[in-house]
Amino acid sequence: MAATQALIADVAAPSLSVQRVDKRYANGTIALQDVRLAIEPGEFVSLLGPSGCGKSTLLKMFAGIETPTHGHLRWWGQAFETVGSPGRRMSMVFQEATLMPWATVADNVRLPLDLAHVPRREADARVAAALDGVGLAKFGHVLPRELSGGMQMRASLARALVTEPDLLLLDEPFGALDEFTRNCLDSDLRALWQRRGMTVVFVTHSIYEAVYLSSRVVVMQARPGRIIAEVPIEGPLERDDAYRVSEPFMQHCKTLSELIADAHRASLANEETGVQS
Amino acid sequence: MTGEVLAGHSGKSGRGAAAASSTAAAAAQGAGQRAKSAARPAISSQRQPWLQRPGVMKALAPWMVGVVVLACWQAWCVVMKVPAYLVPSPAAIVSELVQDAPLLFGSLLATLKITLLAFALATVLGVVIALLFVQSPLIEASLFPYAILLQVTPVVAIAPLIIIWVKDMNVALVLCATLVALFPIISNTVLGLRSVNPGLINLFRINRATRWQTLVRLRIPSALPYFFGGLRISSGLSLIGAVVAEFVAGTGGSGAGLAYQILQAGFQLNIPRLFAALLLITVTGVVLFAITAWVSRAGLRGWHDSQL
Repeated sequence: MAATQALIADVAAPSLSVQRVDKRYANGTIALQDVRLAIEPGEFVSLLGPSGCGKSTLLKMFAGIETPTHGHLRWWGQAFETVGSPGRRMSMVFQEATLMPWATVADNVRLPLDLAHVPRREADARVAAALDGVGLAKFGHVLPRELSGGMQMRASLARALVTEPDLLLLDEPFGALDEFTRNCLDSDLRALWQRRGMTVVFVTHSIYEAVYLSSRVVVMQARPGRIIAEVPIEGPLERDDAYRVSEPFMQHCKTLSELIADAHRASLANEETGVQS
Repeated sequence: MTGEVLAGHSGKSGRGAAAASSTAAAAAQGAGQRAKSAARPAISSQRQPWLQRPGVMKALAPWMVGVVVLACWQAWCVVMKVPAYLVPSPAAIVSELVQDAPLLFGSLLATLKITLLAFALATVLGVVIALLFVQSPLIEASLFPYAILLQVTPVVAIAPLIIIWVKDMNVALVLCATLVALFPIISNTVLGLRSVNPGLINLFRINRATRWQTLVRLRIPSALPYFFGGLRISSGLSLIGAVVAEFVAGTGGSGAGLAYQILQAGFQLNIPRLFAALLLITVTGVVLFAITAWVSRAGLRGWHDSQL
């Protein structure tokens, strides 16, 4: 009975909820101030903002590798320590591909399964499927350094997807790639999300990327790091290159860039009055 | 190689030596001319002369330097009539090496045994200590100063003590050489075990890897390039340690090492034998270094920046 109730709560709970979270560093820097956010299951949310706005810090909290100074986070209504026990999985893709240089692409992708002691044969099948899913089916036996930057990122994405996560966290994953490769990977990521329906949190400083990918954009601002707006993106579900030049896309980009510019101006004005007083 | 054979051959008579070295010079000149004249047709006929292939000259250059130096040395000894008890000619050294081969190679074997045992012991001990150090900062903080103490104390100063305390001479010698070779392995491996990509550490944390999994799958592979660096330094140091320990021990008899032969040869003013023993030590050191370099290349092949 109690178990059933827990399960019901679990289903109803948001994938992630952030309640009044602060992060202060010892040197007095306020990385995050009073952050409140709920991310529903199956959402694709982008955290958008300039450097230093705490978006990466917030994402690391979602991954459990950073802890808030105040406030708390819940994963499917639970504390982090118990995440994973009811079969909830989380994966993260970093700014760099962070592949092990001594291991082949397939071994790199297999790592999360190996760490979880998944039997070899099942793991092999899942690795092959994951590599196929990112277009690297033929590159399993290759060492990472033989791949281009975009392909390394694809391998990194395959490693994140191989566990079939319920929550996928991406920290400016395609930031170091050229625009064409990035657009290509964005399209693939969007298609993967539509196919699998997992919850995705995507950190970026590119307005276009955020609008193209997301169902909701969370706009953040620096000094102190905080959320200044949440903008739902009502675009078509199927998004392709035509969407990138469509009127609604441009309108969303305009709204967001105005929001950010206003916030920037306001914070500059604040700083000036701060200096005067 | 050619230089040694040439010098050995020429050692039989003074005139022969002069003739041989002049022949060598002429041959070198000839080769140069041939290379020069071959350069022009090579462009049209596609067939490159082997001397001009990239890499050949680079591989050949150090040997050429050796040949030239040995030839000059030989010529100097012969022309100036330098007595062998001051500076023996290369030819005299080689002929001594051949004459006293059983004695010298027996000693080489003894020294080699000490060296390899010490090298193996230092490697195993060094890795174990390094793994211990990275388990907790407290362990490292409390023990690392003593590792440094071990490193900065000259082995010549401790060797007599060890030789007094340890009954078995071979064990004493191995211990001395191990002390010399240990530190680079410890410090390099510790550095390597700590030099792990922070992104990969986070990845392992997110995937809830155990301490053991992180060590075996992440820290140890990351440490390999550093460990191999330490191995290369220690291979030479274990030989130096073995020779120094033998010097201090001064043990003679059937199992005497190369250091004893050098000591004896010095006392007897048998300078060619001294040089011959020295040559064997040097060649051993170079071979050891080459082997560890090869192992390192094999271990890091393809993925580490140093091997590309």
